[in-house]
Amino acid sequence: MIGSWWLIVAVLALPAAGALVLAVLPGRSANRIAPALGTVVAGVTFLVSLGLLTGRHGPRGGRVVDPWHAVDVPWIPPLGVRLSLGVDGISAPLVVLTALLTLLCAVYTLWTRPAGGSVRALYALMLVIEVGILGTFLALDLVVFFVAFEITLLPMYALIAGWGGPGRRHAATKFVLYTLAGSVLLLVGVLLIALAGGTDLRALSLHGTGLGRSSQITAFVVLALAFAVKSPLWPLHTWLPDAHTEAPTVGSVLLAGVLLKMGTYGFIRIAVPVLPEGARAVSPYLAGFATAAILVGAFCCFTQVEIKRLVAYSSVGHMGFVLLGVATLTATGIQAALIGNIAHGIVTGLLFFLAGAIKDRYGTGLLTQLSGLGRRAPVLAGLLGFIAVASLGLPGLAGFWGELFAIVAAWQRSEGGTVTLWVVCAALAAVGAALAAAYFLRMLRIVVNGEPGEVVTSRGPLPVRPGEWLAWGPLAALTLVLGLLPALVLELGLRPVQAIVAAVSS
Amino acid sequence: MAQNIDHVALAPLYAAAATAILVLLADLLAAPGRRGWLLGVAGLGVAVTGAVAVWAGTGPARATFCIPPRPLASGGDPITACSFAADDSTAVLGAAFCVLTLAVLALSAPLVRSASVPAGEYTFLLLSSLFGALALTGARDLITLIVALETLSLPLYILVGLRRTAAGASAALTYLLISVVSTSVTLLGAALLYAVTGEVHLRRLAAALSTLDLGPAAPLAAAGVGLVLVGLVFKVAAVPFHAWAGGVYDGAPLPVAAYLSTASKLGGVVAIALVAVNGLMEGSAIWASVLGALAALTMTIGNLLALRQTRTVRLLAWSSVAQAGYVLAPLAGFAAVGSGGGDVSDVAGPLGATLAYAGFYVLVELAAFAAVITVRGARDGGTLEELRGLGRRRPWVAAALALALAGLAGLPPGLAGLFAKVVVIKSLVDSDVLWLALVVAANAVLGLAYYVRLGAALYDRGGGPAPVSPAPAGAPSGAVPGASSASGPEGAVLVAEAPVVTETEARSWPVLVTLGVASVAAVVLGFLPQYVLWAADAAARLLVG
Repeated sequence: MIGSWWLIVAVLALPAAGALVLAVLPGRSANRIAPALGTVVAGVTFLVSLGLLTGRHGPRGGRVVDPWHAVDVPWIPPLGVRLSLGVDGISAPLVVLTALLTLLCAVYTLWTRPAGGSVRALYALMLVIEVGILGTFLALDLVVFFVAFEITLLPMYALIAGWGGPGRRHAATKFVLYTLAGSVLLLVGVLLIALAGGTDLRALSLHGTGLGRSSQITAFVVLALAFAVKSPLWPLHTWLPDAHTEAPTVGSVLLAGVLLKMGTYGFIRIAVPVLPEGARAVSPYLAGFATAAILVGAFCCFTQVEIKRLVAYSSVGHMGFVLLGVATLTATGIQAALIGNIAHGIVTGLLFFLAGAIKDRYGTGLLTQLSGLGRRAPVLAGLLGFIAVASLGLPGLAGFWGELFAIVAAWQRSEGGTVTLWVVCAALAAVGAALAAAYFLRMLRIVVNGEPGEVVTSRGPLPVRPGEWLAWGPLAALTLVLGLLPALVLELGLRPVQAIVAAVSS
Repeated sequence: MAQNIDHVALAPLYAAAATAILVLLADLLAAPGRRGWLLGVAGLGVAVTGAVAVWAGTGPARATFCIPPRPLASGGDPITACSFAADDSTAVLGAAFCVLTLAVLALSAPLVRSASVPAGEYTFLLLSSLFGALALTGARDLITLIVALETLSLPLYILVGLRRTAAGASAALTYLLISVVSTSVTLLGAALLYAVTGEVHLRRLAAALSTLDLGPAAPLAAAGVGLVLVGLVFKVAAVPFHAWAGGVYDGAPLPVAAYLSTASKLGGVVAIALVAVNGLMEGSAIWASVLGALAALTMTIGNLLALRQTRTVRLLAWSSVAQAGYVLAPLAGFAAVGSGGGDVSDVAGPLGATLAYAGFYVLVELAAFAAVITVRGARDGGTLEELRGLGRRRPWVAAALALALAGLAGLPPGLAGLFAKVVVIKSLVDSDVLWLALVVAANAVLGLAYYVRLGAALYDRGGGPAPVSPAPAGAPSGAVPGASSASGPEGAVLVAEAPVVTETEARSWPVLVTLGVASVAAVVLGFLPQYVLWAADAAARLLVG
């Protein structure tokens, strides 16, 4: 037990209890109080997650995992598993982001309810997903990490299959099978590590696994595959566009905003620090795939005619930048990955909110049919423009730092100015960033500036509702704040990242 | 030579036999209209039997029907050997068999009430099978083992066909024929082993196989072990004796199918474990690899067959074939230790994993069958279509079934299944059989495809007020408001309820209690899996020793 351990318990127990109450409440009245109850629970959870940011201690040693608040109790003695959870500079921003996005989704659902199953089940599922994601970010034990990773699987499936669009069934099944394939690989990888060095991440990142080089490479490849499915990394990304397109708005927001981050977080928290030799050996390949993901994501975006699919493919590109940052194994690169994670969560979260709102209003997501939106719904289109510009990495907005640092980090890896893999990666990633600008501007040109089409004119002006402002405002503000003050995230992660880099390069 | 028989060790068998005979007598006295209490008598007897098994096993380790110590043909220290044992492993396994039989008796309530089977005979046969299972837990020589296993199976041939429907008769015949073939394979293997070593007692057999210089007979001995094992896999419905599962489960009365897929399968696992552990010898790496290959084939074929099923019980049947593959998988780890002559502590690990997986599996499988019986009562399992929308009609039952399916798939909220998967993959990684661990991983994905299909059907909102666009052909619109939430969707759904369930008929309290207990146990053991792991480990160590 370290620091205010009860905050950790509270941040997991609150949504879990909320979901349980929503699930077992008897009768139809449950559906009436579910939105209020779910939102209150999500709100309190968010406040508790802010509490987790307090009580940070000063620098001490170079430990990779050095949580401010932590819980550690025995759980399954025969497997050597301890219920070990903690928050540090790497997990804290993601924890807060998760709690924030869940709260905003809960608020958004107060006014805009997706068609489908019962509303209490919707809120219960959102809270269960929150538990799973928070558990993943907080876990300091490999098996606990794996269990939390799996918790999100079926509820997310249910969210897509229960409240999704017309192709929901196929999309949901594809999502759940792909990501399960990832998580069983995660189990294999986790056990490869656990049998050599135990399941305690703190001990593992302090003393290593004792695995030889080839075993480390095997374990790293297995883990990398697992996290690559989740992140997702080209060519394992094909579940993502379908899932995003068919998921209800809140599902897309949670999926893009925080669920994908479980993959990149796994790299930073487990794969790289625990298997440094494996990381060193595999990272060039990882960088290659990440760069390919950036380019493939960008090219796919050019051919997309549907707004949600476009945003989904842009996610593939953005997560490519994050993984490129991780692959460099430098402080700059991993910092880029951390801030890229957060920025993508905020920006793409808002993008999916807007895309969902547009689809709800006009009944279509086809860009050609949405042309002229800017003239009929200037506020909505303006927000879309703002956040698209943030997403393409305009300096001064959140998306900029992660991409810039990732490219810089890749460039720095090349020594002596010779043309190496890293130079090529950096150059291609820069091209990818430019392409991102191009496809987002293409979207904006069609949607914002085009002549109003039949669909847009027939609906008249549809202003942004107060409930929507409530859900979107914080994200828009954070986009600006994080763009101007990236140190908010970077400073938190500074010491753990330095410790990871020291561990990898030693 | 006078035999000194330890009646305490045999007490569980006496109790089981007494219960069976008591039920037969009670059946003579019972009024034809009141069959329910027969089950009550049987249940009480089984509970007592379980208590006796635990009492007999937890004391000092006992053994009976022993032969005087004498050295092996190869010389060495004299080895004593007994045919029947009672120790902690028989206590754990005996209790498990009694609990499973008790549950199946409870699940039989609708069937017995419906009078579609003769109550007395039905119960008696079930108890006879339990007798065989208890004999199996204590069996320590090949003859006793095979006879016990046949005692477990023989009543099932009749039970499967007891309803006297065409499907039932065909199921019974299939089961009988395949069983006869597999038993003769086992017997041939046992005969080969006896011919080579001159031993039938497992302990002496193990010593003989690992120390005796078999010379040119060595391949014969290896073939013997292999044949015994291959014959035994019939009981767990593993490849190559798997094809009976679909038809037999579906043709049998539901509680009998539940028994086949839990107690009978556990019996097969125990028998395989006993032979596998004691058949270890130089060169047994080969058949351990064969076992691994069989496990891989079993899980893959079972899952592939389950993918296309439209009948509930057939889906569960093929899924249980796949699960048998996971159960057998850790035994492939014997390859690593077998070549080294079989170090006891190394073997206990994989064996413990097998027993632990079997433990988690029978619990979750029992819950799944209990849920199906809750819905279907005395009828057969029906089709998946008939379960469609169950989440609306009976939210709690649907939630329990969804929980069981999640457990079989090994995903939260079915944490019991998740840890079962962890244990198996851990054991495989530990004994360096990484390829099989990856096969298990791939099969977990394959399996989820149909578990999720059945789960989705339970919560299908059935063309409700979805954002309706034509769904892709062949893909009926599906929805699952969560295995974790037991909610009935809000009144928006106006679809006519499927006119299949006569609700009053289906509500039987013993079934509901069984479903509740099994579900709660699955949840509790999901959070505290150590109790299953400890029990499995203890049993494994004793079976090895």
